[in-house]
Amino acid sequence: MSRNRARLALGAGLVALVLAAGAAAVALAGRPVATPATAITIEIKYSHFNPSAITVPVGVPVTITLVNDDPIDHEWIIGDDAIQQKHRTGTELLHPVRPTEQVIPALSTRVTTITFDHPAQWKYICHLPGHEAYGMVGVADIVR
Amino acid sequence: MRRRLPAALLGAGMALLLVAGPTLACGGLIGPNGAVNLLRTTTFAGYHDGVEHYVTAFQFQGGGGAFGSITPLPGVPSSVEKGGDWTLQRLIRETDPPVSRVSLDFLAAQSAGAEVLMQVRIDALDVTVLKGGAADVGQWASQHGFRLPPDAPEVLDFYAKRSPIFLAAVFDADAAQQRGQAIGDGTPVHITIPTPNPWVPIRILGLGKTADARVDADVYLLTDHQPALLPTPTGSNGMNLDNSEQASQSLLNDLRSDSGMGWVPTDGWLTKIAIDADAPQLSYDLAIDASGQGVPSWVQAGLEMPVQIKLVDQTTTIRALLAAILAIGVLILVLQLGRMAGPRMTNPA
Repeated sequence: MSRNRARLALGAGLVALVLAAGAAAVALAGRPVATPATAITIEIKYSHFNPSAITVPVGVPVTITLVNDDPIDHEWIIGDDAIQQKHRTGTELLHPVRPTEQVIPALSTRVTTITFDHPAQWKYICHLPGHEAYGMVGVADIVR
Repeated sequence: MRRRLPAALLGAGMALLLVAGPTLACGGLIGPNGAVNLLRTTTFAGYHDGVEHYVTAFQFQGGGGAFGSITPLPGVPSSVEKGGDWTLQRLIRETDPPVSRVSLDFLAAQSAGAEVLMQVRIDALDVTVLKGGAADVGQWASQHGFRLPPDAPEVLDFYAKRSPIFLAAVFDADAAQQRGQAIGDGTPVHITIPTPNPWVPIRILGLGKTADARVDADVYLLTDHQPALLPTPTGSNGMNLDNSEQASQSLLNDLRSDSGMGWVPTDGWLTKIAIDADAPQLSYDLAIDASGQGVPSWVQAGLEMPVQIKLVDQTTTIRALLAAILAIGVLILVLQLGRMAGPRMTNPA
């Protein structure tokens, strides 16, 4: 009798384990990983960033692939509030050599590598006219 | 030989044009800086013998350079030509007797990968009919120096999934000045489109507008029978049914006497829809069943998309696989538990 109970308990434990593992696997397959990543792809579709939130580590190179699926140009400017404000009011049309300031022409892909030197919460925004107001804003958590 | 409306009527039309603001009918206007600024617009869609006649006008608003607009079409036009001189004004006069607002306009864009079906020069307007997807239209616009607003990719996709035909119009303001066009002069355009049932693009009117912007437009329909409309104009959905009655003989005669309007039948039903909405409210088009059957198309109204074969993406595949493995694992364990918990056969002592 006690042997049967032990088997039952073992079976129930196995069921719980499988359920938990399965749920975790399904959950992981469906949402972005919140742990710091050193390789991230951000898709731009209908003038929105996807994902609109990323977590990246301090002190190591992070490669970001920007895929613009829209037939219009977009920007990806990452930085603190001061940087964003500068771009809101600025007149610079191109940002060709700065890893943190990318122009992604229509239906194209750009890859940039950035090493973040301190923890912060920055935003990435497209500053082409009307794009920020339309929702082209994302948040980057830079963590140790 | 062209017949002319009495001078008094023409004068009334011109007066209306002179007080009209920059306009564009059922097209999304795109300036070189991406700006869109429309006041009230007027469009006429007539449907007779399986052909939609779309009349609108493009109005010179001064300044220089070029600007353009995009208009989705329900089918491939058989012709695009200069419209008559008074059709739109006469319609306004019919439903809004001597009032002070008017006008219209329209058209525009195309794309690099798009197939050019037709190119027409009408006064200072360069009109191109394109067959292609949203990406094609967007690329064309970019290549021609126009900056599409951020909502353009989604709006163009909304149309391309249902009808990949677009009419792109570029208005050359410098050419207009050279032609001696004065501010307020309109260039009417008449598009003839064979189609089983007409529809009028409405969502495009909100292109480039901010969430708090208003859209004001008048849409006139002339059909053989009283049309069934979808969405039904209720007022609360941004559309008001301002007029719905048998068209008067005087109206039909006047319209028929305008250039290119010989197709106007001897009997018809006149409908006027006034659009007065917040831009985000216009998430639909106006589907029309002019056959008398009373069944306008949900697809043409943009309320549902055409049936398509859905491709399963990688994430979906992984999820389905994991779910299947999980289900099989649970099933096996439940069966095992059932065997352990059930009565066991034992050998008699």
